[in-house]
Amino acid sequence: MLFLNNDVSKAVITLMNIIIVLVPLIGTIFGVMYFYNSKEFTELLLAQPIKRSSIFSGQYLGVAGSLALSLVLGLGIPFVAYGIFRSNAIFDFTLLLVTGAFLTLIFTALSFNIALTNENKIKGFGYAVLLWLFMAVIYDGLFLMSLIVFKEYPLDSFSLTATMFNPIDLSRTLILLKLDISALLGYTGAVFKQFFGTNQGLTVSLIMLILWTVLPVWRLVVISKKKDF
Amino acid sequence: MIEVENLYKKFGKNEVLLGLNLSIDKGGIFAVLGPNGSGKTTLIKSVLGMVVPNSGTISVGGTTIKKNWKYRKEIDYLPQIANFPGNLKVKELIRMIKDLRQMPSNEEVLISRFGLESFLDKKLSTLSGGTKQKVNIVLAFMFECPLLILDEPTTGLDPASLIHLKTLIKQEKAKGKTILITSHIMQFVAEIADEIVYLLEGKIYFKGSIEELKIKTDQSDLEHAIAAIANTSTNV
Amino acid sequence: MFYLFTFLFFSNLLRGNTITVCANCEVKTISEGVNIAVEFDTLLIKKGTYKEYNILIDKPLTIKGDSYPIVDGEEKGEIIRIVSDNVTIDGLFIINVGTSYTSDYAAIRVVKSENFTIKNVVLEKLFFGIYLEKSNNGRVYHNKIIGDAIDEYNSGNGIQLWYSKNVVVEKNIVQHVRDGIYLEFSDNITIKDNTSTDNLRYGLHFMFSNDDVYTNNLFENNGAGVAVMFSKRIKMVNNTFRKNWGTAAFGMLLKEINDAEIVGNTFEENTIGVNIEGSNRIVYEKNNFIKNGWAIKVLGACYANTFSRNNFLHNSFDISYNSKLNDNVFNQNYWSAYTGYDLDKNGIGDVPYRPVKLFSYIVNKTPETIVLLRSLFMDIIDFSEKVSPVFTPDNLLDANPLMKKAL
Repeated sequence: MLFLNNDVSKAVITLMNIIIVLVPLIGTIFGVMYFYNSKEFTELLLAQPIKRSSIFSGQYLGVAGSLALSLVLGLGIPFVAYGIFRSNAIFDFTLLLVTGAFLTLIFTALSFNIALTNENKIKGFGYAVLLWLFMAVIYDGLFLMSLIVFKEYPLDSFSLTATMFNPIDLSRTLILLKLDISALLGYTGAVFKQFFGTNQGLTVSLIMLILWTVLPVWRLVVISKKKDF
Repeated sequence: MIEVENLYKKFGKNEVLLGLNLSIDKGGIFAVLGPNGSGKTTLIKSVLGMVVPNSGTISVGGTTIKKNWKYRKEIDYLPQIANFPGNLKVKELIRMIKDLRQMPSNEEVLISRFGLESFLDKKLSTLSGGTKQKVNIVLAFMFECPLLILDEPTTGLDPASLIHLKTLIKQEKAKGKTILITSHIMQFVAEIADEIVYLLEGKIYFKGSIEELKIKTDQSDLEHAIAAIANTSTNV
Repeated sequence: MFYLFTFLFFSNLLRGNTITVCANCEVKTISEGVNIAVEFDTLLIKKGTYKEYNILIDKPLTIKGDSYPIVDGEEKGEIIRIVSDNVTIDGLFIINVGTSYTSDYAAIRVVKSENFTIKNVVLEKLFFGIYLEKSNNGRVYHNKIIGDAIDEYNSGNGIQLWYSKNVVVEKNIVQHVRDGIYLEFSDNITIKDNTSTDNLRYGLHFMFSNDDVYTNNLFENNGAGVAVMFSKRIKMVNNTFRKNWGTAAFGMLLKEINDAEIVGNTFEENTIGVNIEGSNRIVYEKNNFIKNGWAIKVLGACYANTFSRNNFLHNSFDISYNSKLNDNVFNQNYWSAYTGYDLDKNGIGDVPYRPVKLFSYIVNKTPETIVLLRSLFMDIIDFSEKVSPVFTPDNLLDANPLMKKAL
């Protein structure tokens, strides 16, 4: 019943930090690891009368699906048991799970892309970790620096666009829309107001998340068709 | 059975196949030989569709294989390195492949011939290299496909199993199947192969029977004949 | 005893007669009623619609509505003007006050009068609602003012006090006007149990008014919240400030306020909970700051303010400073973002809490960076700033953060 009192928000905030940092990391590392480990198995399957695209999309769905499911169930069950349905944080919480699932799908797809394009395991791992580090930390650092350097210029469109190009930032924004809307509305820009003040922010972010999922998966299928084993 | 025309393939800057032409008739055992890196495996993988050629056409059983996967129903393949998902049991792996191919199979006979019964409930990761190769052989031979491709089938086998393998290959030949083998064990090749396909620098250097090869190279046994080819080619 | 009887007799006499006003009565309009009434009479207005404006009440009267008679000003101008002491208005429904850019037409205006009472009045479609001008010792009780203000320049305030003293404003509901309650040069005013919501500008607005008390009021979803400016010795107790969202919106704005007491208030889901500019010697105690963008934003010179036993719960930023100087004291507050420990179990955290984050400093400089809120990168640089403060005042800390919420 701990969650029924005021501290649901605290729990959601803590979970958000975990989800936007750890979920991509797990998705990337696990995706690369799985792909390299099952290389021989993949070759075995390739010699069988099966379509290539179904082999790879099957592997992708297997990894990403099970990761996403374990996230949703792993977080969902305890919260349901604690009575989240009776608390008004249910919407925040659902959003959190949805973004978490999306992040899993996105980062697993990205890691599969990396693994497919890099024969060298160590290199592939390196790129995967780098990808995560870049998206989770470095990107925001560069983003912040460019905002500070160009602060004389109108930056709200730029900053929103930059947010869209990083799935971690994108998911963070989605959750911010729920948790910190009062702070977000403190900024003067009309574009911000339009984005955060209306449902537009939610819609655009969700569409971008879907794009982020579809594009890597599409590339995965295209590459896998041309790839030699 | 297999028609390969003008096949080119390079990996990065490394040109492996340079306009390879090959025609393999139905029935018989064909040994694909050649020095290391001559493109044997690449050729086989191209036929299987695992390697996508830069240019050229391949057709198996009369249909071109480009953007096609159904032709693989007609092929049994024994890969060079038998690495399976370690968390599966032997039994489960066999069941899975059967499930995939949806064809009648005779794995029981093969399992008892190679003495694998006691391993059926073991995880694949716990098996030795030779046992894995046996499982590999079972998987390749349990279906009745007109084309059988064996990439280094003898790796890690004990003498008894080697004999089983040879009889197995001969049986399959007797059924009128086309069998493609790569191997570095010349004794094995000499014993079973009807024809030799010798690959060198991305092309077919020689194709014909063992006798023809011996005559051509003026050597009395296969091993020396092959070595002679390698020498002449380096001299050229 | 004799004196008492005499007093009662005369006071009965003073009560006067009751004049009934209705459509079929002898007296058909309120103005007519006021004209024929003598001092301390009661006008009983029966149910009906009275199309009147510029009703001038120049003698002590009680005007009482029966089942809310409608006084319709037809947007022609001011409706009731009180210029006499001891006037009571009770239970009228006044609509359609005229709008003007030159004069502040009000539904009820009290001019230079004492001992007035305005209660149970409902005002709709108004310009200014109740306007007290140089009038003292009165009471504005249980009125409901519902405006339809759209633009600031052509709308008026709900309840306005100008050079008035010792007035009690109690249990009123004010909505959709420019400023809900506006005080200018008015001292010793008590404002309690009012609800001021959805107003265009401020829910409550103080200017140059000293020694006022406001308690138990609710201010919600106002354009800019509550503004308290250029005033001294104000007491603000147990009020609730909620959901004031927007660029320049805050729960409460304090500007040039000295010696105030802010106790037991709740600031919830505002863009800025309390915005402080040039305010000194203010005591903040037992307030709750919940889910605000910025719980407290300090701009300009603010000295000798003390914050103790407040709860800071889940605000995006707890405190933001725009300078490196700090002369304010934070002690024994509860901070939900506090991650320290309490080894000696005395209920007070063993490591100090630093409520100002580097990120809030960055956001002050470059507002667009707000989109990076809660990112891992920000957490990292906030952490490094916490370890060795460079940009934020290094003496700004709560040395004794509470482990549990203060009650």
